Amino acid sequence: MPGFAKAKSEQALDALRAIVAEGELRKGVAEDAVCEVVPELFVTPANEVELAKVLECAGRMELQVAPRGGGTKLDWGTAPQSIDLMISTARLTRILEHAPGDMTVTLEAGATIAQLQSALAQHGQRLALDPLWPERATVGGVIATNDSGALRVRYGGVRDLIIGITVVLGDGTIAKSGGKVVKNVAGYDLPKLMTGALGTLGVISKTVFRLHPLPVESRTLSFPFHSREAANDFMLAITDSIVIATGLQMRTGADGRIAVDVRVDGIAAGVAAQTDTVCNLAGKVKPAENGNVWQAREELWNGSDGATICKLSMLPAQLSTTAEFVREGLSENASWNLVMNSTGLAWLRMDATDCGQIADVVSSIRNFLASTGGTAVLLRAPEAVRQKVDVWGEAANSLAVMKRIKEQFDPHANLNRGRFVGGI
Amino acid sequence: MSPGFIDALRSIAGNALITSREELRTYECDGLTNFRVVPLAVVLPSSAEQVQAIVRLCAQEHVAFVARGSGTGLSGGALPVEGGIVISLARMNHILELDIANARVVVEPGVINAVVTQRVAPYGYFYAPDPSSQSVCSIGGNVAENSGGAHCLKYGFTTTHVLGLEVVLPDGSLVQLGGQTLDTPGYDLPGIFVGSEGTLGVTTKVMLRIVKRPEVIQTLLAAFDSTNAAGAAVSDIISSGVLPAAIEMMDNLAIQAAEASVHAGYPNCGGLLLVELDGPAAEVAALMAQVEKRCLFHNASEIRVAQSEAERMVIWKGRKAAFAAMGRISPNYIVQDGVIPRTKLPEVMDEIERLSKAAGLRVANVFHAGDGNLHPLVLYDRRIEGQEHDAEQLSGEILKLCVRVGGSITGEHGVGEEKKMFMSEMFAEPDLQTMQLVRCAFDPDHLSNPGKIFPRTPLCAERQGPYVPHPLEISGEAQFF
Repeated sequence: MPGFAKAKSEQALDALRAIVAEGELRKGVAEDAVCEVVPELFVTPANEVELAKVLECAGRMELQVAPRGGGTKLDWGTAPQSIDLMISTARLTRILEHAPGDMTVTLEAGATIAQLQSALAQHGQRLALDPLWPERATVGGVIATNDSGALRVRYGGVRDLIIGITVVLGDGTIAKSGGKVVKNVAGYDLPKLMTGALGTLGVISKTVFRLHPLPVESRTLSFPFHSREAANDFMLAITDSIVIATGLQMRTGADGRIAVDVRVDGIAAGVAAQTDTVCNLAGKVKPAENGNVWQAREELWNGSDGATICKLSMLPAQLSTTAEFVREGLSENASWNLVMNSTGLAWLRMDATDCGQIADVVSSIRNFLASTGGTAVLLRAPEAVRQKVDVWGEAANSLAVMKRIKEQFDPHANLNRGRFVGGI
Repeated sequence: MSPGFIDALRSIAGNALITSREELRTYECDGLTNFRVVPLAVVLPSSAEQVQAIVRLCAQEHVAFVARGSGTGLSGGALPVEGGIVISLARMNHILELDIANARVVVEPGVINAVVTQRVAPYGYFYAPDPSSQSVCSIGGNVAENSGGAHCLKYGFTTTHVLGLEVVLPDGSLVQLGGQTLDTPGYDLPGIFVGSEGTLGVTTKVMLRIVKRPEVIQTLLAAFDSTNAAGAAVSDIISSGVLPAAIEMMDNLAIQAAEASVHAGYPNCGGLLLVELDGPAAEVAALMAQVEKRCLFHNASEIRVAQSEAERMVIWKGRKAAFAAMGRISPNYIVQDGVIPRTKLPEVMDEIERLSKAAGLRVANVFHAGDGNLHPLVLYDRRIEGQEHDAEQLSGEILKLCVRVGGSITGEHGVGEEKKMFMSEMFAEPDLQTMQLVRCAFDPDHLSNPGKIFPRTPLCAERQGPYVPHPLEISGEAQFF
C-alpha cells in the first residue's frame, strides 16, 4: 500500500486493538473496496466514544481514513489513492429519541433509512426524504452524499430536513451543532456544511431531523407525451398552478418514450381537487395510474456495472432542452435514460461502449449547463471515463474557501483525501 | 490603520461616506438599542466592486467592518465595532433579475423584504420569509440573520429560499456561493453563510426562490382561557397531521398592548390563537373544520374566521405590531427569542410566570406557537434604578430555561452581541471551537463583524495536528478556552 508500510499497519493494528473489542477490528478484504482500493484495516466502533478514540488514534498516526455507512454509494466521488483505515458506523444504529409531538427524531448515523421510516410510521410520521436504496443506505451516508429523490420538490432535501448533527473530527473531537428544535439560529449551521461534504470534514455520529406526517392519501398519475418540450411545459404549468405536488418528474430515454409523473398527497378532498387540476392542465393527454414510477431513479442503477450515471442540476425550464442535448450528443445505438425532477435535478444513465464518446458528452453537457449555472457530477462511471473527465467538473471560484474549510477541519487531509471537489 | 484611511475610503466611495460624529450616531446601534458604539465611519457603496475595494482596504489596514442592512436586527448583529467602519448596503437596492418560469429572483442585498413579494405578486408568487419587520428590513440583513417569520413553520427560513449568493470575503475576494441551480458541487457554502451574522463576509447579490401563492388563505382566531389551553390546542392540531402556514399565540398582556395600538378587534382572553391555513381550496376548507373542532375540544370560548382579505390583514397587523405595541403598556421592554420543543409549552409558560412573579416584572408573551419560538417581552422601567438589570437577568433566566428543556437561545433574531454569553449554555467548548473553524477559514484576521456570536474570539493559527497551546495563551494574554 502506498504510504502505509507494513510496520505502520502493525502499529495501527496494535493501537486500535487497545480501543475496540476483538471482532470489531479486522484486515480489509476485497468486499470493502472503494473504486477497487482495498482498505488496509476495517474497524466497527461500538459507540460514539469508541469512534472518537479510533479517529483520534488514526489522526495521531496519520492514517488515511474512509468512513462507511451502508456502503451503497462508496463509489461516488473521485477514486481514493489509498485507504489505511475504513471506519464503519454499522453499530451506531440506535434511534435515540423520537418525539412525535415535536415531530423530531434524534438517531445515530448508522441506522438505515428503512429502519428509521418504519419506527416513525408507527406514529404516522416520516422523514420526508426518499433517497436511494433505503433498506441499506444509512442516515449518515445519505447526509454525506446529499442524496434526495422525488419528495424534494415539496419537502426540500437533506439540508432542509436536518436540524442537528454531531460529528467526530479527524482529531477525535466530538462536536455538536444545531439542535433539537426546528427553528434555531444559534451558531453556524454545521448540519448544512456536513450535508454533501462526503465525509471530508468529519465522521457523522448522530443527527436530528424534523419530521412530517404520513399522508392520509397519495395519488400518482403518469402522462405519456410525444414531445419533451410539451412534457416540460406541462411540468412548469403544474408548478405554476395551485397543485402542490410531492413528486413531479419526467422519464425519458433513447427509446423515445416520454412520461410525466405527478404525485399529490394529503387528505382526500385536497387530493381529488388537485388531481382534477392536473388532468385539466394535461388537456387531451390521458393519464395512467401507476405508483411504481417513483422507483425509476433507483432503477437507473440496475445492472449498471459498465454504465455511466450522472447527477445533473439545471433550471426547471431547461429539462427538455437538456434531454434533447443528450440525445443529440450520443450515437443512435447508444442507450440512455433520464429521470428529471421539476426541481431541476436529474439523473442520467448512459450505456455506450465508446468511453471516449461518453466523456465527450459529459463535457459538452457541462458546457451546455454552465451557461445557466447548472452542473453535472459523475456518480458512477467506468475507469476509462473517469480518466478523461473529472468526477466533479470544473470547480467554482469559491474553491479556495472550500479548501480553507477543509484545512481547518482536517489539517492533514486524513479524511477521504482527494475524493471531493477540486481534489479536496 | 494609517492616517490616510478615511481619504482612501473617500476615493472609493466619494460622497457616500459619513464621518461627522453627529451623523454617525444614526448608526450607533440596530434594533437592539441598549448596546451602542459610534463607528469610525459609515460607507454606503453602490456596487459589488465598491464593496470589494472597501473590504480590501480594510484588510490591508486591518480595520474591522460591520455590514448593515436596514438596522432592524434585534440582537445587536449590526452593532458597530470600536474603531471600525460600517458598510451600509442600503443603496444596493435593485432587483436585478426576475425569472418567473424558474421561480427565481436575483436581488441586491439592500432590497427590502416586502418589495420582493410586491414585485412578484402580479405573477401569483410571493417571497416566503416574512419577519415582522418585513416592510423595512433588507434581504441582506435577512441573509445574515437567517430570518424567519410567522410563516416559516410551513415554508422554511431564509436559508430555505436562498439558492446562491455573491459575497465579498474578508480578504476582499469576490466569490459566488451556490448558484441558481440546486446542489452545486462542493460544500454547501450558502448553507453556512446564511445565518452567519455578518461574520464571514459581505453579501452583494442574492439568488432567491419565490413560491407560488396558494389558491386560498384562511385565518382563524380562537380565544382560550389560558396560554396552556391554547398550547394544548396547538399540539393537537399539529399532531393530527395539519401543517398550518402559521400558528401564532398571544397572552393577555400582549393582546391588551396590540389592541391599544392597532385595534385589531382581538377577543380579551387569556390565550389567543391565530391559525392560518393555505393551499387548495377544498383542502383548506376540510382542514379548517378540523382545526375549529380541535379548538372547541380545548374549550375555545370564541372562534372567528376572517371573512375577507381586509379582515385577515387586520388580524395580522395586530400580531405584527405586537412588539412595538409594548410601548403602550410599558416604558421599556426586552424581547427574547428562545425556542422550545412545542410539547414543553405548558411547562415553560408556568415557569416563565413563576420567574416573572419572583422578579416582580411583567412578561408579555407573543410567539410562533407552531414551531415553539417564544418571544417573551420583559417589561420594565429604565427610570427605576435596578430594573433594567433585573429585566436582563430575568430574560437571561428565560433563555436558560429554553435550553434546559431542549430548545435554543434564538430562533430567528440571531445571537449577535446580545446573546453570545449564552452560547455556552447551549454548546460545549468543543462544539464552539468547531464552529469557529469556519470563522477561521473565512476570516482568520477577525475583521468581519468581530466579537459577535461567540463568547470568545478564537486564535486562528494554522492547526498543526494535535492541540498545541498558542504562545499568547501561555503568556496569559489570550485564552483558547
